[in-house]
Amino acid sequence: MAVRVQTELFDAGRETADLGAGHVDAGAVVTFTGLCRPNADSGAPLEALTLECYPEMAKEELSRIEAEARARWPLLDALIVHRHGRIRPGEPIVLVATLSPHRAAAFAAAEFVMDYLKTSAPFWKREETADGGAWVAAKAADDDALERWSRR
Amino acid sequence: MKLLYFAWVRERVGRAEETAEAPAGVSTIGELIAWLRSRGPEYEHAFESDAIRAAIDRRHAKPDAKIAGAREIAFFPPMTGG
Repeated sequence: MAVRVQTELFDAGRETADLGAGHVDAGAVVTFTGLCRPNADSGAPLEALTLECYPEMAKEELSRIEAEARARWPLLDALIVHRHGRIRPGEPIVLVATLSPHRAAAFAAAEFVMDYLKTSAPFWKREETADGGAWVAAKAADDDALERWSRR
Repeated sequence: MKLLYFAWVRERVGRAEETAEAPAGVSTIGELIAWLRSRGPEYEHAFESDAIRAAIDRRHAKPDAKIAGAREIAFFPPMTGG
């Protein structure tokens, strides 16, 4: 299991291959890569996103989310990589990969990690457009996505 | 204790971190926010939204969470990562 917070680009294909290496009992790997869209929430062309983060808490919170996913599904391994700093349209922002004997657990765990991460990992996006900069507002849809994982 | 501010909370307060000792009687996150708001217009502006989130020693904390023994308390807007 691994969690990384970094400014550098990552190669999702290589990360996925590395995660699977040595797990001869794996039957499924699911990966999700979140990309920087070409437009701001206003619709204006986006020059870049700047992601601010609380690095120490981000690592701990991502580790807690990963641990919760492993408690809920039979995962052989998992990886979460989240970037911060300046990110251009088309670049990857976040990678979640889950490895399991069967696909259902891998799919569900990857979706769970993303839904949790969106509302609880301490990252904040600021959009840069020709008009200047603006902080991205949190979206109610992200809170709704989290609700379906509620156990109690 | 150390106070940390992120994103637009940081911009409004005008600093990323500071060390502060809350006065006697301030025992929860909610009370700490009320005290911070009394420290000046920049704090009043930063904390006027009730959407502000907090973390105590790097764990999310609700307004009624006790701050006794906290080393690091962070304030920030709702998160927008991913």
